[in-house]
Amino acid sequence: MVLKEEPKSPESDVTSMSFEETKLTLGLPGEGRSSAGAVKCSAKRGFVETVVDLKVGSSGNCMPGGRDDTTTVIDSGAGKPPPAKEQVVGWPPVRSSRKKAINERFRYVKVAMDGAPFLRKVNLQCYSSYNQLLKDFDNLFDCSNKEESKLMDVVKRMEYVPTYEDKDNDWMLVGDVPWK
Amino acid sequence: MNYFPDEVVEHVFDFITSHKDRNSVSLVCKSWYKIERYSRQRVFIGNCYSITPQRLIARFPGLKSLTLKGKPHFADFNLVPHDWGGFVDPWIKALAKSRIGLEELRLKRMVVSDDSLELLSKSFPNFKSLVLVSCEGFTTDGVAAIAANCRFLRELDLQENEVEDHRGHWLSCFPESCTSLVSLNFACLKGEINLASLERLVARSPNLKSLRLNRVVPLDTLQKLLMRAPQLVDLGIGSYVDDPSSEVFSKLKAVIQLCNSIRSLSGFLEVAPCCMSAIYPICENLTFLNLSYAPGLQGNDLTKLVQHCRKLQRLWILDCIGDKGLGVVASTCKELQELRVFPSDPFDAGNAAVTEEGLVLISAGCPKLNSLLYFCHQMTNAALITVAKNCTNFIRFRLCILDPVKADPVTNQPLDEGFGAIVRSNKSLKRLSLSGLLTDQVFLYIGMYAKKLEMLSIAFAGDSNKGMLYVLNGCKKLRKLEIRDCPFGDVALLEDMGKYETMRSLWMSSCEVTLGACKTLAKKMPSLNVEIINESEQLEFSLDDRLLVDKMYLYRTLVGHRKDKPEYVLLL
Repeated sequence: MVLKEEPKSPESDVTSMSFEETKLTLGLPGEGRSSAGAVKCSAKRGFVETVVDLKVGSSGNCMPGGRDDTTTVIDSGAGKPPPAKEQVVGWPPVRSSRKKAINERFRYVKVAMDGAPFLRKVNLQCYSSYNQLLKDFDNLFDCSNKEESKLMDVVKRMEYVPTYEDKDNDWMLVGDVPWK
Repeated sequence: MNYFPDEVVEHVFDFITSHKDRNSVSLVCKSWYKIERYSRQRVFIGNCYSITPQRLIARFPGLKSLTLKGKPHFADFNLVPHDWGGFVDPWIKALAKSRIGLEELRLKRMVVSDDSLELLSKSFPNFKSLVLVSCEGFTTDGVAAIAANCRFLRELDLQENEVEDHRGHWLSCFPESCTSLVSLNFACLKGEINLASLERLVARSPNLKSLRLNRVVPLDTLQKLLMRAPQLVDLGIGSYVDDPSSEVFSKLKAVIQLCNSIRSLSGFLEVAPCCMSAIYPICENLTFLNLSYAPGLQGNDLTKLVQHCRKLQRLWILDCIGDKGLGVVASTCKELQELRVFPSDPFDAGNAAVTEEGLVLISAGCPKLNSLLYFCHQMTNAALITVAKNCTNFIRFRLCILDPVKADPVTNQPLDEGFGAIVRSNKSLKRLSLSGLLTDQVFLYIGMYAKKLEMLSIAFAGDSNKGMLYVLNGCKKLRKLEIRDCPFGDVALLEDMGKYETMRSLWMSSCEVTLGACKTLAKKMPSLNVEIINESEQLEFSLDDRLLVDKMYLYRTLVGHRKDKPEYVLLL
């Protein structure tokens, strides 16, 4: 069941939705093919990029005003060896030190905010703290409800709460783990 | 000239500095050979297995500066297994035993141990300069020995090495009495260093001109270092992340304005785009800019920066600059001679960052362009023909289309005509790397027109032996040929065996060369070492001569088989 009203509390939203709708699948937003997305996310050896399609309250029922607004950060999965993409040894001819450097240093994650028409990508290497990251979210998403994004208990307040999905597919509150 | 005493001739030779010229001079007559060898101070050895250290020492007793290269070029791309060779240890041991007053050692693709570094540091009281490029096998302990023991060290330059980092103390090993540093590059080290030691070192090095930091050096240390060394000419920034509203950042902005000698800028191993504006004041004077290790700088950030760099001669950048960004480069950097565009996503050919369009724009806007390394997602014959019309000064032209056998996407044709145009119009071309869909035809063109070509790299190209033969017959100046995954076989390999004596080396992997042909070649040409790398389970080399060889590396040598080969290498 999808809520058409705009409840502000993420928690109440969660409890009133069906299990099916809270189920998270892998894939690009708006597309049904989760398998291709899964391949893409693990297709990069060492690349820390995982795509999560937030299907909470979406899948055709998406209405701009009808969804909960949570800013989500998709956490990077540990780099798994690529199953799908066949890579020729020694191609492209890029020095290993350069390949490693690029792999290590590009830590792009996708950021989705419900209600935003498209996702953004940020490079985690460019930030030295959570606060900086959250500030940048404000800039990226132009949140109309611009409360200072304090990390608050979900139960208490109806604010934008940054969350992310870790590699065990659990939704985690941003801020518990030290930045590095 | 024979009427002059030796000292006069020697003095004349002082003005002849290039290796090629000195080599030629030594061949004129016995007398010149003798004078030349005693006065020779700098020696370059392109293949460490072509000669022994003992013979080097015997011929050039006045040696001060030695350059050595070890593994074949394709080792950079993981095509050469571990422990193949290229050990510097026997060289350092031999030099240490001798009376050579070594002052400078430059190594590329060699295996260097901590013991070697320690021996080096203790054996040559006047040792001044160590440059290690793409080397491996040592740790920061070896670096510490150099720092501690080389009292007159001027240059410690570590470029793209695999160094095991034992964290931090090496920098503190420079004694307080060491004030001679001119160049320090430790950008490739991964570990922590003592920042206070670094500041003190820079403070007591008034001659320091080149400083390249590693990733752990934060912005506020950078600011302090620049305060101490505003005379720097070459700066490699480590971490460049801060809050632009911070006090530290304001201080940095102020001190950068004082650094008006900086001509070369690199690093940004960690970077926050919002901080880049502090760099603009020094951009005006830059001649070399290397942002190829700077993640997170998007096309816009790069473009904004480049717009300030009107005197740029060399630019190394990631492909996220995009074709449009390259257009900005083309309209801003009129002095550009060298451009290298690296892939930011080597494994995913899906994100088209630069295409043939960017290259065409550059060729149209930068008349002085002579050196190119360009990774892109596609290329067309039309674009290459246009580039060939616009640029006739190329010395190095290396094009890498990320999808190995991609045809011209517009016409679906091979890229023979495009590359043909390049070699036809660039008569000074010395180095060429090909990619994309290519037939024997491109090699016909190369053989016909690339008369000055010295190094050629080929992958996934050609149809038959004819391709390789066109090159071997036509390119009279060829020194290094490296081929992978091409249908070239025994006929091509054996047609002109004497040719390989005029070359430094030939590499062929995943081609169609048989063991029998390699044996024939080795037998007929004792001046060549023919090495087979066999990594498969079968160590039985007495197999069928019809067996296709996986990797073959041959090189001319004066000293026969090397004694340090690993098990998987067969010397024929």
